Amino acid sequence: MRARLEWIASPLLLLVLLGFWQWYVTAAHVSAFILPPPTAVWSGFVYLVGLKSTWVHVWVTIEETVAGFVLAAVAGVLIGVPVGKLRWLERTLNPFIIASQVVPKVALVPLFIVWFGFGSTSKIVVSAVIAFFPIFTNTVLGVKSIEAGHRDVMTSLNASRLARFTRLELPSAAPYILTGMEVGIVLAIIGCVVAQFLGGNAGLGYLLVAEMNAYQTDLLFAVILLLTLVGFAFYAAIGAARRVLIPWHSSGQAQP
Amino acid sequence: MSSIRLEGVRKQFESRAGAVVALAPTDLAIAEREMVVLLGPSGCGKTTLLRLIAGLIPPTEGRVQVAGRDLWTGDRRDPAAVADLGVVFQDANLFPWYTVERNIAMPLAMRGVGRAARQARARELAKMVGIAGFGQRWPRELSGGMRQRAAIARALSYEPSILLMDEPFGALDAMTRDTMNLELQRIWTETGCTIVLVTHSIGEAVFLADRIVLLSPRPGRIAHVATVDFPRPRGPEVQADPKFAALCADLRGRLDRM
Repeated sequence: MRARLEWIASPLLLLVLLGFWQWYVTAAHVSAFILPPPTAVWSGFVYLVGLKSTWVHVWVTIEETVAGFVLAAVAGVLIGVPVGKLRWLERTLNPFIIASQVVPKVALVPLFIVWFGFGSTSKIVVSAVIAFFPIFTNTVLGVKSIEAGHRDVMTSLNASRLARFTRLELPSAAPYILTGMEVGIVLAIIGCVVAQFLGGNAGLGYLLVAEMNAYQTDLLFAVILLLTLVGFAFYAAIGAARRVLIPWHSSGQAQP
Repeated sequence: MSSIRLEGVRKQFESRAGAVVALAPTDLAIAEREMVVLLGPSGCGKTTLLRLIAGLIPPTEGRVQVAGRDLWTGDRRDPAAVADLGVVFQDANLFPWYTVERNIAMPLAMRGVGRAARQARARELAKMVGIAGFGQRWPRELSGGMRQRAAIARALSYEPSILLMDEPFGALDAMTRDTMNLELQRIWTETGCTIVLVTHSIGEAVFLADRIVLLSPRPGRIAHVATVDFPRPRGPEVQADPKFAALCADLRGRLDRM
């Protein structure tokens, strides 16, 4: 009974919110330039999805985000593992890590555009830089959180370095790394879209700015909706990776 | 030939407050197929002594020999000597990312044993320790006692001649503990290995041991050695034997005077 209620409750709440939005816009005579009604957003969305050019923008955004994310993931894990294992390395790098964490990464976007131009490269670099830190810090944390008892088991079995890495360190850190990736993928999209705001002529970030300049607020909302859907898809992909890669971990299980 | 031999083994830990002697120079010889229990209050160095025998920590001074081989040469462990040792810890320490069967077979996989042979051996071991049919489960799906059974199976998988156990049943409830002690006696008989077990339970020590090594703290050293000669296999009824109670009382008295 309760499960069924929960099933109905979420869509019902959404309908109530949309209804309120529609009612408010009509009753208060809000200009469609400021806040278009949901019906207009929906028809804008349908129109946008029907355009071939929209799919080019979606595809560019996906490509740049994924490329940036993959770079961030590879670098984050490859640098994070030794930093987590070697205390002297962590101590040496720590001031630099903290400094580069504190710099607001979006402030670097203009710089990257100067360096890498208006094409895809600057977007990929921005995505990668922003997504790197959560993946890196979680990898370090994961490697440091390996249980002493598990290490003792490996020592008592006279395990080689390779066996320790593949059988203990990597699987033990995997839930942490995936958590970092979950945050990282969302940040990668943000980085990509922000970079597209500032330079270039492709991607959903570019489309947002274009609709804003054209005072097409309904289409602006439609692009936001599209971006949200892309974000959802990425997030779901990491969730699926969790279930496949770490089915033993409680975070990889379906909620009861 | 003795299975384990310690000569003048001393262990000192360096801490910020200075050096702490965890184990004063100690000599100990353990015979093949013997069941020796290291008993003592916390801080008496019994776990340190076991970890020294296991090669998990090097001695500050002295020699540790396992099956006639020196365990340490300089700061390198002899892999052949280590291969003669199976270690069971207080926590089962199963790897949560492997099924129970893969946990049991992991040491074999690391030795390059083929998949089919590994699986067959893991099943055989699971049966021996009483968890047949649970091989495909995750460790978290097992009870504490069953996890510890799996840990024993893992330690026995590569057929070490010596099984070292650090308070293996310390985290279990009293009833499971009694069952596990009976089971351990059976496993010991079936495998014919030497067992060195650490505990702070006097009853457990008297029930299991051929010989009890009593350690006292500050610094850790051997205070007394008691031989226990109840016939094997021992059942729960041995605990009703007046000699059992007398031995427990004697050990209790020695521990209280420490």
